[in-house]
Amino acid sequence: MTSAAEDTNRRMLRARDAMDRAYAEPLDIPALARLAHVSEAHFIRTFRATFGETPHRYLQRRRVERSMRLLRETGRSVTDICLDVGFSSLGTFSRTFRDIVGESPTEFRRRAVGLPPVSAPSCFAMAWMRPSSFG
Amino acid sequence: MFKAITITSIFVLDQDEALDFYVGKLGFEVHTDEDLGFMRWLEVSVPGDPGRSILLERPGPPAHDEATAEQVRELVTKGAGGGWIGLSTDDIHTTYEELRAKGVEFIDAPTERPYGTDCGLRDPFGNAIRINQPK
Repeated sequence: MTSAAEDTNRRMLRARDAMDRAYAEPLDIPALARLAHVSEAHFIRTFRATFGETPHRYLQRRRVERSMRLLRETGRSVTDICLDVGFSSLGTFSRTFRDIVGESPTEFRRRAVGLPPVSAPSCFAMAWMRPSSFG
Repeated sequence: MFKAITITSIFVLDQDEALDFYVGKLGFEVHTDEDLGFMRWLEVSVPGDPGRSILLERPGPPAHDEATAEQVRELVTKGAGGGWIGLSTDDIHTTYEELRAKGVEFIDAPTERPYGTDCGLRDPFGNAIRINQPK
């Protein structure tokens, strides 16, 4: 019934949903490729063709988006938040955050404290507040 | 002026499969399932709430030319079909466990939100469904 392309889309969507759900876990490309039932190289290429960015970049933005929420809404330390959202080193987190957001986590937190709270359901916040800039 | 929203539509790739899923797994009931000759009018609703239903519509000729239908199917399977359904329940945890046992593909597990406890799932085609237990 469904064409090969539709079946592929659906499997890529399944992998993307897994990143949205399990961003805090040590997700790697081989695990996601297994979830999508494709080889690693094929997965990266196909995901990019489907959603316009590599899975790695999608996951980084998801993690940064979640960290922005925690910086905005909680008093947890930057180091705790870095680990909470799935980064394993503070250096990588800080560098990635700055690349994507254009300022450090601490600078963002200082600025965001004055912003109005997000009242949209979290699933919409996740879909619409994931930062789109990169570097 | 208007009194209610009575029917909305989402695209499904296969109406038999949609019926299995929405009625067989999610527990909707068939509101109308009629072969109009030119199309199968398949409308489902939540038991006890017949005033609002969802038309499970299949994209295809002659309503859509084959190329357009292909684009619609493409978007639905990418999770960008344009429609989603929000459902409420009074016991999200039981609902989640029961549906999971039936093999329903969840996007996320029940999570506390400012507006209630909610979780998300996908229909077999890629359409998103959110279930919320309001506060």
